[in-house]
Amino acid sequence: MTQDFAVEASGLVKTFDGKRAVDGVDLMVPAGTIYGVLGPNGAGKTTTLRMLLGIIDPDEGERKVLGQSQPLRAAGQIGYLPEERGLYPAMPAREAIAFMGALRGLPLKEGRRRADALLQAHGLGEAAHRAIRTLSKGMAQTVQILGTLVHGPKLIVLDEPFSGLDALNQGRLEALIREQAATGATILFSTHVIAHAERLCARIAIIAGGRVQFEGSVDDARNHLKPKVTLTTRANDGPWRTALPADTRNENGSWIFDLPDGGIEPLLAALIAGNAGIEALSIERPGLHDAFVAIAGEAAGRAMDEVAEALP
Amino acid sequence: MIAKLRAALVIARRDYVATVWSRTFILFLIGPLFPIIFGVIFGAIGSRIHQDPVIPVIGVVANGDDAHRLQQARTRLAQHFGDGAVPYLQVVTPDGDPVKQRKLLLDRPNVAVVLSGMPGHAVLTGSPNALKEQGDIVRLMLQRDVALEMIPIKRSAIGSSAGVVETKDVGRTNLARGGQLTLLILTMILAGMLLSNLIEEKSSKVIEILAAAVPVDAIFFGKLMAMLGMSLTGITVWAFFAVGGVAVLAPDKLMALAVPAVGWPAFIALGVVYFIASYLLLGSLFLGIGSQASTVREVQTLSMPITMGQLIVFALASTAVEDAGSLPAGIAALFPWSSPFAMLARAAQQPEIWPHFLAVIWQMLWVGLIIRVGARMFRRSVLKSGGSGGLWKRLRGR
Repeated sequence: MTQDFAVEASGLVKTFDGKRAVDGVDLMVPAGTIYGVLGPNGAGKTTTLRMLLGIIDPDEGERKVLGQSQPLRAAGQIGYLPEERGLYPAMPAREAIAFMGALRGLPLKEGRRRADALLQAHGLGEAAHRAIRTLSKGMAQTVQILGTLVHGPKLIVLDEPFSGLDALNQGRLEALIREQAATGATILFSTHVIAHAERLCARIAIIAGGRVQFEGSVDDARNHLKPKVTLTTRANDGPWRTALPADTRNENGSWIFDLPDGGIEPLLAALIAGNAGIEALSIERPGLHDAFVAIAGEAAGRAMDEVAEALP
Repeated sequence: MIAKLRAALVIARRDYVATVWSRTFILFLIGPLFPIIFGVIFGAIGSRIHQDPVIPVIGVVANGDDAHRLQQARTRLAQHFGDGAVPYLQVVTPDGDPVKQRKLLLDRPNVAVVLSGMPGHAVLTGSPNALKEQGDIVRLMLQRDVALEMIPIKRSAIGSSAGVVETKDVGRTNLARGGQLTLLILTMILAGMLLSNLIEEKSSKVIEILAAAVPVDAIFFGKLMAMLGMSLTGITVWAFFAVGGVAVLAPDKLMALAVPAVGWPAFIALGVVYFIASYLLLGSLFLGIGSQASTVREVQTLSMPITMGQLIVFALASTAVEDAGSLPAGIAALFPWSSPFAMLARAAQQPEIWPHFLAVIWQMLWVGLIIRVGARMFRRSVLKSGGSGGLWKRLRGR
């Protein structure tokens, strides 16, 4: 384990009521990256994040966050947005942000000063002295996100940050995440929505059934599947057919098969030599969703789709 | 440790400010006024309905001739002022222990004072108020009786004569009981507020934000401190208005209070210390057990056995008032949850200070232990991922 990693975890296990919620999770989050944890509901994402933050202790395994094996010792350098948003309803927005900073060691006076600046910068200047209960859901969520960032954390952990946000606010949050990453902060977030991870993350972990099924870059995940080739020919049959891979299938008059290991060129040569009459040829790289289904299974993929559809 | 303390202070400050700077706190402060106002209203209605005034009775311990002369004096006064204006006499002949005889007479219905020691050394025994109210009429009866000539009356006020020890004891017993009851009410109301505070935190989901930033022990301690601060604020305000109100409206009632055996300053200081100990012992238990609950209903269900247990503890501590040397009183002084009550009663009744030092050390040891146990329960159950399903599911699962 080196200091190049903001988060290092190996063999994390957590059991609730005899059921293993997390079953040997390993995670290595490089410092300064945006790292996504993908998985359906009940996969163990939240429990893993809570263990990494020291909210709960693992039954087995080791974790190190910003070089600390006791994560709470690094609490002043960590920002955390839980999945279930929580703010004191009667607290003014400015005080809520300053309070969250004070919990992480930021003096209240400085917290209030930064809160004013952050609220102003995010178009909520007029809401600074309004109680949280009087704000719209989106505004309250923004306040909580600003409270997560007010003390300038090196590691920002966001549990399902996009849930409950409309498209406009999702876009704003994506921009904010990129902005924080640009300052050198490490962003670790969990999500149901593969598209967010695909757009934002340098690296991802796919968790299903309490285990990490895949850990690596988004490209590595995609490489789990071979690119799909779709070929349309004028001739329906001929000696060139023997050049097509064995798993080729015909859908609506097009030949569909995985890109052969040797590349497309030998196949093209055979098709031309056999007068197949190539009308159309496309090679499509699989998306992260397909890779997720291939890695985590059809059931996990369906669960992710259902949650993504339920989101605003 | 310093980081934990700092974190606890951040939480305590937030909770304290949020509680004290709210409109509901004003209601909380004026809450105790309602029973007083209703008491005064119903008391006034009751006194109007009750048209027949109770004529006080003077107990007389005297031989036949002395008693007869006094009775004649009373009759002459009644002819002059009217029968209802002069207290009746209830005469008993001297028999054995005069102190015991006076006490028995005072225990009879409507007997306000007891006159004894005639003819040479007349002594009037009763509470200071009764002595003040009946002293003049007794003096008048004795002066009107030429056969008795001018006999000086010794007024035996509470605490001023060894001969009326039993009267002084009654006052201190009442003070001990009152102190215990006040302690019980304050502890139960204020420690119970911790639960509602915890529920607010759980329902607003803030608890996870707190637990991710500071050790759970600091959350637990911060909450205890905040509610303790709020309680002491409330108690200070109530005490200020209660003492001020009585001092302005009925100063004689304040003066009539029996002086606690350890003296007022030590009694008040010990009262504060025993309240803090009692509050922390009960509050830690409430927080620890309350953290197991996931709904308000569960919290209410859980708080019921604790409340009942506290009443049993109070009943145990009451035995210390009746007989401080008894075995139950000793158990009450030792058992951590009843110890503050038993020792407060002792402070009212017995002058030694040193047992209180021992008791405070003993209670603080328990406070430390219970806070640790409560914090551990809190840490283990306040945040359980994976949908634990609440207390009942957990209980069934075990």
